[in-house]
Amino acid sequence: MKTTKKVYYSLGFLFVLFCTILSVSTLGVILIDIFSKGISVLSFDFIFDYPRKGMTEGGIFPAIVGTTFVTLITAIFSIPLGISTAIYLNEYAKNTWFTRIIRSSIRNLAGVPSIVYGLFGVALFVQAFRMGTSLLASGLTLGLLSLPYIITATEEALKTVPENIKEGALALGATKWETIFKIIVPASMSGIITGIILALSRATGETAPILFTGVFFYQRFLPTSLFDEFMALPYHLFILSTQHHNIEGVRPLAYGTALVLLILVFVLNLVAFIIRAKYRKQF
Amino acid sequence: MKQFWIFIVLCCLGCQKRNIKTIVVRGSDTEVNLVLMLAESYMSTHPDVSIAVTGGGSGTGIAALINKKTDIANSSRAFKPIEIKLAKERNVDVTPIIFAVDALSFIVNESSVIDSLSLTQAQEIYTGKITNWSIIGGKDQEISLYGRQSNSGTYSFIQEHILKGDYSLHMKQMNGTSQIIENIKNDVAGIGYVGIGYIINEGGQVIDGIKVLKIYTDNQHKAITPVNSDNIHNGTYPIVRPLYQYLDGKPTDELKNFIVYELSAEGQKIISKNGYFPITEANKTINNKCL
Amino acid sequence: MNRNRVDSIFIILFRISGFLAVIILFGIFFMLVFNGIWAFKEVSLTEFFTSSSWSPSAYDKPEYGILSMVASSILVTFLAMLIAVPIGVGAAAYLVEFASTKVASILKPAIEMLAAIPSVTIGFLGIVLVGPFLAKLFGSSNGLNALNGAILLAVMALPTIISISEDAMYAVPKTYKEASLALGANRWETLVKVIIPSGSSGIIAAIMLGMGRVIGETMAVLMATGNALAMPKGIFSSVQPLTATIAIEMGEVPYNTIHYYSLFALGVILFLITLVINVLADIITQRFKVK
Repeated sequence: MKTTKKVYYSLGFLFVLFCTILSVSTLGVILIDIFSKGISVLSFDFIFDYPRKGMTEGGIFPAIVGTTFVTLITAIFSIPLGISTAIYLNEYAKNTWFTRIIRSSIRNLAGVPSIVYGLFGVALFVQAFRMGTSLLASGLTLGLLSLPYIITATEEALKTVPENIKEGALALGATKWETIFKIIVPASMSGIITGIILALSRATGETAPILFTGVFFYQRFLPTSLFDEFMALPYHLFILSTQHHNIEGVRPLAYGTALVLLILVFVLNLVAFIIRAKYRKQF
Repeated sequence: MKQFWIFIVLCCLGCQKRNIKTIVVRGSDTEVNLVLMLAESYMSTHPDVSIAVTGGGSGTGIAALINKKTDIANSSRAFKPIEIKLAKERNVDVTPIIFAVDALSFIVNESSVIDSLSLTQAQEIYTGKITNWSIIGGKDQEISLYGRQSNSGTYSFIQEHILKGDYSLHMKQMNGTSQIIENIKNDVAGIGYVGIGYIINEGGQVIDGIKVLKIYTDNQHKAITPVNSDNIHNGTYPIVRPLYQYLDGKPTDELKNFIVYELSAEGQKIISKNGYFPITEANKTINNKCL
Repeated sequence: MNRNRVDSIFIILFRISGFLAVIILFGIFFMLVFNGIWAFKEVSLTEFFTSSSWSPSAYDKPEYGILSMVASSILVTFLAMLIAVPIGVGAAAYLVEFASTKVASILKPAIEMLAAIPSVTIGFLGIVLVGPFLAKLFGSSNGLNALNGAILLAVMALPTIISISEDAMYAVPKTYKEASLALGANRWETLVKVIIPSGSSGIIAAIMLGMGRVIGETMAVLMATGNALAMPKGIFSSVQPLTATIAIEMGEVPYNTIHYYSLFALGVILFLITLVINVLADIITQRFKVK
């Protein structure tokens, strides 16, 4: 009896250990493969040069710039909206059926597939609002996609501000918005920024929503207006690995692009991680 | 907020720096690399012109022209009647230019024992009637079909000129032609169709790992290879198609200059160098009507 | 300015943005339905839901049947969950029950990092790493099939499943665990007989959310499953799930045609599937919070 129990215990332990190792080593395999094969093409020229010779040489500069621009538009659109929605939910809304519908909508928005956001972007921004396929249409589509993540993260952050600090401010004669802007938001800033960065890093890597709302294969110049089309890192990786006329030949460039995209996303995550770790115990 | 101002400043800087005419080209994956080469070479002598090229398939280019989202629609197939009707409804005056000629080839893995194919066999393989290589004299292996997605002009061209029916649903639809080639290299039972430009390297040789099938037509007794350019020019190779660029109305200004450059001796040389074939006199007459 | 007036202005502003989330969710739904509904002017509902032949660019008559794509989506999702659920729940159990605080503090960020990897990167690895590996392992001619897609999707579902079921197991009151251990059960028995059953609703919610993510994932399946429109025969069939179809064909359709509308109809189906999964997960989570 004792021994069978022990055997089960050891087998079980080995199983969960194996599961954990498998999960983490997946990350390891991905990182090692992309770093080892991508690092050799990474150079100053690769980052700051345009694609040349039918994209078989040169760099990915316009894709980096395009991704940066579109992420900025995403940020400009989704940050103010996300924060104010979270403030409404946390500071104003009472626990009514309507508030519950709002919260449930937000959770469901987070679950809507990114390709569906893409369809919505085509129907609304590209078609109905006549933006055409453009930076703006893509940025807004990605903005909608990031909104639920920003709202949820901001709300979590706002919740960490203790009730007595709010009450103190109100008791001193501050109005509600003064309390919000001078006390609550600054106090939860680190949490809000962390959430925003994570949401934007997700938007940066998305391909499906920009596929038909503004991304381009090759451009010789950077986009100069909100209504220009643009190149983007994830899409560049997609075409280099599936649609280029010589996918085998440009595989090193595809690895390089994957590496740059990965570094970009990881740096954003790392920043978020550091901010979170640093300000964790504020109260 | 700070990010916003940086963005605005960047935009302004960009605007001041240049006064540039932009030409947008969209469509066929067969043509995208060719047009990219032509565009790069044209832009090297015209620094004030920006040509943005994107692929996605002939259907994508045609749809973009109808939706007025492109200046040039690259297409490796002709407009379908229904598309012309749709374009008319939306006031798009579809104007065709033929700027190169392509030969389609069927390819198999280099280890395959099959060397040639009749057009009927090709039809029966792709419609799913023949599913095993042994039926046409190969090894006893199930045929693994590779093709393009429905947005591709190559897909439509083969469908209309070879299949005259629907594709087998078991065909693996690849995003791009080069993906077909990469798969054929590793798939001993695979067959795929690709534009000739994809499989001829700069030295005029067929790339490694694949075999180009010779084609029999029903009334010929000799199989014809597309690798020899004479067979294309004298019309003995049966699967040849014009590569189109569709415009909305007659081109003007920079757009016209670029088209003229593509059709010039210099442009045609780039086309030959990339594995495609220059346009014929008959093509030129049609083009001249549209310029 | 009057401080109180500013206060009331902000109340209105915040309230508007609060309602916005609802407007967007319903806006997306109605926009999809509004566009999708037009497809049924020419496509019958019976054909749409019961035909397994999807060929909008057919030679004779276009067909719009979603059955084989739905089957593909289900097959790939089911396989992915088959891989991800035991591994994910197992890893969560290790983190909660066996890992020291120090080890957990290294493993958790690593799993978060896994969640941060863009889906296009995962799809790329499906082409260059998993595909060739599977082809070699099973001796099949190519590795672009349902299994490849499922492995990639499992990797993407893992972080969701691990972190949420970890929370669920962590929330099981310490007293349960201590009581079980005091009765002489070892940690494995406590885990299987006490902690996992008590946290089961949270674990189920984690699985549902992981599934929601998997069924809506586009780039990885588009790149790695081979995109064949036939009814899948098994895990080595090339398949084309719903999401991949939208991604492939949306770029090529002229706006406001039956084909365009039918892609929105696919979007509606996808939206509803994920909505049902998320609402169920929501309900289960609520129940588990009340406990």
